[in-house]
Amino acid sequence: MSKSTYSRRRVLKSGALSGAALAMPTIFTASSASAFTNEPTGDTVTFGFNVPQTGAYAEEGLDELRAQELAVEHINGIGDGGMLNTFSSKALDGTGLMGKRVTFVTGDTQTKSDVARATAQSMIQKDGVIMINGGSSSGVAVAVQGLCQEAGIIFMAGLTHSNDTTGKDRKANGFRHFFNAYMSGAALAPVLGNAYGADRRAYHLTADYTWGWTQEESIVASTEALGWTTTNKVMTPVGAGDFSSYIAPVLNSGADVLILNHYGADMVNSLTQAVQFGLRDKQVNGKTFEIVVPLYSELMAAGAGANIQGVYGSMNWNWQLQDAGTQAFVRSFGEKFGFPPSNAAHTCYVQTLLYADAVARAGSFNPCAVAEALEDLEFDGMGNGPTTYRGADHQCFKDVLVMKGAESPTSAYDTLEIVEITPRAQVEYDPEHPMFTGGALGECNPGA
Amino acid sequence: MLKLDRKDTLLLVIVALMTLAAPIILNPFPTGSALAQFNAGYPDLMQRFVIYGIFAIGFNILFGLTGYLSFGHAAFLGVGSYSAVWMFKLLSMNVLPAIVFSVIIAGLFAVVIGYVSLRRSGIYFSILTLAFAQMSFNMAYSVLTPITNGETGLQLTLNDPRILDGARAATGLPVTNLFGFEMRSTAHLDIAGWGFDFSVGYYLSAVIMLLAFYLSMRIFRSPFGLMLRAIKSNQNRLSYTGLNARPYTLAAFVISGMYAGLAGGLLAAMDPLAGAERMQWTASGEVVLMTILGGAGTLIGPVLGAGFIKYFENIFSKINDSILHQWFSFMPDGIEDFLVTLVHPFIGKGWHLTLGLLFMAVVIFLPGGLVEGGQRIGRLFRRNKAGDTASPATTPAE
Repeated sequence: MSKSTYSRRRVLKSGALSGAALAMPTIFTASSASAFTNEPTGDTVTFGFNVPQTGAYAEEGLDELRAQELAVEHINGIGDGGMLNTFSSKALDGTGLMGKRVTFVTGDTQTKSDVARATAQSMIQKDGVIMINGGSSSGVAVAVQGLCQEAGIIFMAGLTHSNDTTGKDRKANGFRHFFNAYMSGAALAPVLGNAYGADRRAYHLTADYTWGWTQEESIVASTEALGWTTTNKVMTPVGAGDFSSYIAPVLNSGADVLILNHYGADMVNSLTQAVQFGLRDKQVNGKTFEIVVPLYSELMAAGAGANIQGVYGSMNWNWQLQDAGTQAFVRSFGEKFGFPPSNAAHTCYVQTLLYADAVARAGSFNPCAVAEALEDLEFDGMGNGPTTYRGADHQCFKDVLVMKGAESPTSAYDTLEIVEITPRAQVEYDPEHPMFTGGALGECNPGA
Repeated sequence: MLKLDRKDTLLLVIVALMTLAAPIILNPFPTGSALAQFNAGYPDLMQRFVIYGIFAIGFNILFGLTGYLSFGHAAFLGVGSYSAVWMFKLLSMNVLPAIVFSVIIAGLFAVVIGYVSLRRSGIYFSILTLAFAQMSFNMAYSVLTPITNGETGLQLTLNDPRILDGARAATGLPVTNLFGFEMRSTAHLDIAGWGFDFSVGYYLSAVIMLLAFYLSMRIFRSPFGLMLRAIKSNQNRLSYTGLNARPYTLAAFVISGMYAGLAGGLLAAMDPLAGAERMQWTASGEVVLMTILGGAGTLIGPVLGAGFIKYFENIFSKINDSILHQWFSFMPDGIEDFLVTLVHPFIGKGWHLTLGLLFMAVVIFLPGGLVEGGQRIGRLFRRNKAGDTASPATTPAE
C-alpha cells in the first residue's frame, strides 16, 4: 500500500466514470414506436432469402434463389404471373403487396447454423426484412426459425425435411410447406414392400444431424412395420466427401438393402461410391442388393448420373406433374432460366407466394395477423393438389410423390420418373405423434 | 489513475471513444442511399466486431507475447458458448452467470490442453493444439450429441428448467438479459436520413471489451509480460539462466483461453445458440488471420484485424448481382454487364477471394499488419510537418 497513488480527486473521478458506465444501458431501453418488427413504412417491402450458396447444399440453394427471384417478379406483376393464375386464392393481383413494391436481399448460409443466424440477423437488423424464406438444411432451418421467433418476423421454411422443424422445434412464427421424413417413410414403405418383398435386411447410412436422425427413425419405423429388419445404423458427418470407409463394412454385414439418409453432394458421393463398390451387382440372402434414397431431388439425380437408375426415393413435387399449377410454374421458370425447376425451387416459390397472399388477405404485415391467415388455410393450384396448412403445427399436408431413377432418360432433366402419387390421407399423422412431440408452438411474437 | 503511462492512457481513451461511438461511426451513409450497403452499424455486426476483438486480444497475449502459435483457439470459443447456453437452459437467462461460467470452463479446458501441448514448442505445439481443437469439434459434432445437440446446435427450448428464473408463463422463449435489461432491446435514432441503432447487447459487449483491452494492456506492461517476451526472443537463453519457462507459457495459454471463453460466452449471450462450427479449424485459423492482419504483438492490432475480417464476411458476402446492376446502371448495357461479370467473382460468395487478396497485400507490403500501415502514415505526416531531417529516435528493441 506504500506505493498507492489514490487521491480523493482520482477516486471521485473514477467513481463517476464507472457510475456513468453502469447507467449506460438504462438510456437505451426505450424501444421504437412501431407495432411490430420492421413495419414497412416506405413504398417498398423487403423479403430476406437466406440460402446456402456454398457448401454441400449449394446447388439446391442457388436454385431456390432463382425461384424466389421469380416469385418476387410475379408478385410485382413482371412476367407471366406463373402460379398466381392457377392459385385458388385471388388476393394477389400482380401490383405488389398492399400498394408496396416487393424487394429482396440475399444471404449465404454456408449450410452452417451459426453463419445462417448471422446472415438472418443482418437481414432483420440492417435490411429491415419482414419475412425470411430459405434454408436447404434442417439444422439451419431450425436455427433460423428460432431466431425469427425471437425477433418477431415470419419464417417461411424452404427445403427442410426433418420431422423436428414442425415437430419438437416447431415455432409459432415458422411455417413449412415442404413434406417431412415421416411422410417419406409412410409413402415409400408400401412401394418398397411391393418391389422388394417383406423380408429384407436394411443397413442405414445417416447424415449426422436433425434431418438424418428423424429420417432414419421414420424409415426404420415404417420399414420394420413392413416386416424388414434393421441390420445396422451408422452416422456419417455432413460434407464428408469420401464415404468408402462407411460403405466397405456394408458388404459383409449380411444386409441386402442400403438406405442412404444423405442429401445434396453427400448423397451424390455416397451413392456413386456404393455403386463403384459393386453393391448393386451383389446377391445377398438370395436376393439382389438394392439401394434406397428416401429423399430425392433433381439436382442430386443429375449429379449421380446413371447410378440412380432404378433407385427408389420420394419427393415433394416434380416438374413432370401434369396439373395446371405445375405447368404454369415450369413454363415461366423455364422461359427465364432455360431449364426446369427443382423441388427445392418449387417449395420456396410457393412459400413466397403463400406469404404474400396471407399478407394481402390479412390486410396487414403484422406477423400475428399473417400467421392467423396462414393457419388452417386450404388452397389448391400450387402443383400439389388440394393442400392444408395445419394450424396445430404449421405443417402443410398434401400428396407425396414416390420416385424412381429413370431406366432410360431422354434428356438431362427427366432422370427421375414418378412411380406413385401417394394420397394425402396415407401420410397424415396426429400433431402429437411420438416422433413430433417435445416442443410447443408457443405464442406468435410480433416483436418490437 | 489506471496505472498506465501517457501514451497508453491516450490509446485506451481513443479506443473507448471509438467503441462507444461505433453505432454512429459505422453508419456513415444515409439509410436510403445506395452506399447504405456498406453501413456496418447494426447491433449484430457491431457485437461481432467487439466480441471477436476480445477473442483476438486474448489470442495476441499468447501469440504476440510468447510467440507460441496456437491453431486450436476456436475450441475455447466453442466451449465458452456451450457453457453459456447450458447456463441459460439450467440456471437463469441473466447473462452474468453464463459469462462467468463460460470463462471458468474455458480456463479449465485450457489448463488441460495447455499442459499437454506446451511440452512442445514451434510447429509441434501448433499441430498439437490443432489436433485437440479438431478432436473437440468432432466430439461436439457427433459423439457428445446429448450435450451439444450436434450439427443442429444447442438451443433454448420452452421446457428448460431455468431454476433461478422461477415459473414463467410459457408464452415464448425468454430473452437473455442483464438484471432486466434485455440484450436485444435497441433504441433507434433517426436524424435527417441517417439511422442509428444503440443496443444494450452491444454496449455490454463493448464495456467488457474495454475491460479486456485494459487488462491486456496491463499484462503487456507488467514484469510478467516482459517474461513472456523473453520467452519469445530466446527460450534457450532463458532456461540457461535457470528459469523454468513453462509455468509462464501455461499461464499465458490459460489467460488467452479464458479470453476466448469470454468471447464465446458473450456470443451466446447475444444470441443463445451454440453450434459446433464455432470450434472448427477454420474458426481457429480466422483468429490467427485477425491477429496477423491487424499486427501481432501490438495492442490494438488484433481488434482492428477482427473488425476487418468480420466486416468482409458480413458486408461483402451480401452484395449480389442485382445490387451490382444497380450501381452500374448509369452505364451503357454492354459495359454494365461487362463490369458486373468482372466484379462478380469478388462479391457474394466470393468474399473469401477478396479477403485473401487483401491479406496477401497486407502480409507482403505491411508485414507489421494494419498497425504498421497506420504508423507509416503517421510518420509521413510528422516528417512533413516538422520538416526536420534528423533520424527518428531509436526505439528500444521489443
